[in-house]
Amino acid sequence: MSATPIAAQPPVWRRLIGFNMLTGLVLGIGGWFLGAWIGGQMAVGHPYLQGTDQNDVGIYMGYLFGVIGFLVGLGFANYPIGRLLGRPPTLRQHETGSWTRYFRLCTDHKVVGIQYLFGVGIFFFIGGLNAMLMRTELLRPVEQAWPASQYLTLVSLHGTMMIMMTSAFILGPFGNYFVPIMIGARRMAFPRIEALTFWLVPAAGLILLSAIAFGGIATGWTGYAPLADEGRAGMDAYVMSFILIAISLTLVGLNLMATILTMRAPGMSWTRLPIFVWSVLATSILQALAAPVLVAAMAMVLMDRAANTSFFLASAGGSQYLYENLFWFFGHPEVYILALPGFGIVLELLPVFARKPLWGYRLAVAGMLGVTLLSFMVWQHHLFVSGMNAGLRPFYMLTTELISIPTGFIFLIAIGTLWRARIRFTVPMLFALAFFFNFLIGGLSGVFLSDVPSDVTTHGSYFVMAHFHYTIVGGLVFAFFGAVYYWLPKMLGFELNETLGKIHFWLFFVFFNLTFFPLFAAGFLDMPRRVSTYAPSLQTLNIFVSASAYVIGLSMLIFIANLVWSLVFVRQPAAENPWASRGLEWQVPTPVPVSNFDRVPVITSGPYEYGVPNAPPVADFAPGALPAAGS
Amino acid sequence: MTTIAGERIPRHGSRIIAIWLVLTAISVPLIVLVLGPHLPPPNMTVESADQRNANIVMTALLVPIALLVLVYFIYSFVFFRETSDAIVDGPPIKGHAGAQLLWIVVTSAIVLALAVWGSYTLIAGAHGAGGGQGPDPAAKPPGYQHALPVQVIGQQWDWTFRYPTYGGIETRDLAIPDHTLVAFHVTSIDVTHSFWAYELGVKADAVPGVDNIAYVNPRHTGFFQIRCAELCGLWHGHMAKKGRVLAAPAFQAWIAAAQKQNASIVKYLPKYSRVYYPLPLRRAG
Repeated sequence: MSATPIAAQPPVWRRLIGFNMLTGLVLGIGGWFLGAWIGGQMAVGHPYLQGTDQNDVGIYMGYLFGVIGFLVGLGFANYPIGRLLGRPPTLRQHETGSWTRYFRLCTDHKVVGIQYLFGVGIFFFIGGLNAMLMRTELLRPVEQAWPASQYLTLVSLHGTMMIMMTSAFILGPFGNYFVPIMIGARRMAFPRIEALTFWLVPAAGLILLSAIAFGGIATGWTGYAPLADEGRAGMDAYVMSFILIAISLTLVGLNLMATILTMRAPGMSWTRLPIFVWSVLATSILQALAAPVLVAAMAMVLMDRAANTSFFLASAGGSQYLYENLFWFFGHPEVYILALPGFGIVLELLPVFARKPLWGYRLAVAGMLGVTLLSFMVWQHHLFVSGMNAGLRPFYMLTTELISIPTGFIFLIAIGTLWRARIRFTVPMLFALAFFFNFLIGGLSGVFLSDVPSDVTTHGSYFVMAHFHYTIVGGLVFAFFGAVYYWLPKMLGFELNETLGKIHFWLFFVFFNLTFFPLFAAGFLDMPRRVSTYAPSLQTLNIFVSASAYVIGLSMLIFIANLVWSLVFVRQPAAENPWASRGLEWQVPTPVPVSNFDRVPVITSGPYEYGVPNAPPVADFAPGALPAAGS
Repeated sequence: MTTIAGERIPRHGSRIIAIWLVLTAISVPLIVLVLGPHLPPPNMTVESADQRNANIVMTALLVPIALLVLVYFIYSFVFFRETSDAIVDGPPIKGHAGAQLLWIVVTSAIVLALAVWGSYTLIAGAHGAGGGQGPDPAAKPPGYQHALPVQVIGQQWDWTFRYPTYGGIETRDLAIPDHTLVAFHVTSIDVTHSFWAYELGVKADAVPGVDNIAYVNPRHTGFFQIRCAELCGLWHGHMAKKGRVLAAPAFQAWIAAAQKQNASIVKYLPKYSRVYYPLPLRRAG
């Protein structure tokens, strides 16, 4: 099905007026001032608000009304208001037509996927820039480049921005774009909610960045409570942006879960579901269950700061353990929200480039579901030396170490799939294979942290920092770039330059390891996290790490150059199935039609039947009569 | 070489295991004998020596696991790669029940052994005593009832120390006696800090309203490094100072001098308590 022809378009300036991102930003800024004024009125008569150097109620109300204005400007109120006025339940959709649909409320899951890719990508690069600035400070063991407060703000912005954006890194672009196509559906279960989940992300990102104007954030991404109570108005930005992201994560989880559970095409049985979709399902469960806890924790911080409550203040009967437990009850599933989609992507790519069926499909699914279950039972390992009930430590040591069993399955699946394979080292495959190298180091270093006696040294040190960068950057971000090189030809319709892709890969892979492996040693040698002052004896090591980190930054610039070169200048149209993949998403035309499939396909075979003699095609795209049941 | 359906297939599995065994046989003695003595923490106390032993055991166990996976991957890159430009399908092997079962059994056995060993050393030995255990410790070294109590107070941005058995005096320097069991009572009067004495093998969060206890048994005298391991605001990185383990007579002399120095001000100090509840700072910057 081709796009419906568009009637004569009005001129560009005319199209700027209406419900779009520009209107959203204007109404958002207007809403901020309205909310701040209302908050100012509310503060009258409450000396604890007027006595401090800023009125937190005004700031929260400003952000709240700003977000509402942003969403109304984008047109999110049109549908409910229309329904209240008795209009029929249709939505003016911007699914076809010009590039402007990427800057509007659009309910086409493919547009939302591309919005996510670029929206999240921009914030990812801002977070990466923060890391470069931090490494500049650490070139010398005393404060030099930035004042201590700005350094802490950089640390906090980098951590918070990266956690927020990498949470949406895979499910946002690739989950939204490809899950409906991979299961043979024509849309997501809740398209308007899908659009909302995206537009909350730039709102949260901009609010987080506004912390720079409000005195910064001094707490790191964890925002531990008594320190958060002290913080200046930048903390309010942190709280508000985390609430928005958590709402977005919850809705993404519910939406994808509903889509996968209810909208699979006929014949798409659970054992034919692509492994990437399984990983998205597992991640959705985590997001829907864990992210609301973060909203609760943040709401309590908000109350402590704005309404003078004392949830976390020991002197008034509260306890900071409440915050630590709520935060890590979200925070530990969160790291698997980051890890699981990466598992899914690398296992999706391996069969395509090894030209073999996925080895041990059921074990891979069991591994992902096992990680999902166990990830809710390990969070107190973040509190091993906090003074938690000491008798509970062996239990959390056990659960933490148990989680390496299902994680190990992922390695076994890779080992089995590569056995006597016909490996092709394409750029996506290189990233997928690097994932296993990095995640191996990341995972095994986690065993040190899970063991309480060893954790006494490594806890809160650069060892932890190296560990989670190996799992998140080495795991998730490598998987993300694998997915970018693999799926972008389908999403955008153009080939990426392979040579530049390989330069990007090798620079990123080599210098990622040169950056983070020495940091294990820094942790072992008594260097705590989040300091801008450290032992002079560690300066050489830190200079080496900073220099390597700059090369990672350079590799990212090469990626951007590749993107601009391939998409703007060369514009070589991609083949419909350049990897000769059996995935259902590669059997549809490029660009993907608005409704994906003319007719809902009937799935006739699993997606990984490489080399299977007489394997049927993956689906029947023009089902006249239903084929025989079975297989 | 075995021959399957006329095709000669090398014994990949045996080769991989052989390479791995050689590498393991080389690396494990190196880890235990050469790297091991350099693994953290330095063994200034019984606790830190035990933590170093834990690190040696885990490194010696984990490196062979990493080697097995790496040897397999590199081997597969060399021998299982497609050399032509053509897209050729490999053999359609979908799984192997025996291999899967073996993997599950072996990984489960390793993990359970690690957890049992970790729990045993944590509770029965002194390994875990250096980590903060809260007001009601589970891992108690022998003679803990007679341990010398030293209170560690975290505050923005310094550490101070009180000696309740010596009149509750407060000092800015930390000294503890050699060959004496010491109980650190770590607490905070503002935000969360973490008391990290690297060479002692001690890390305990300083939490307002909580008495977080860590035991330590020094084995020889010398200096040790104190840092803060939990972000506590602007000058978090500056909460570093040197502490000292002194021989018993030197410690008595030091504490007597400190008592003398404190004599005129000790009456202004708040009464010694396991926790303190000063008014909170809200939005102070």
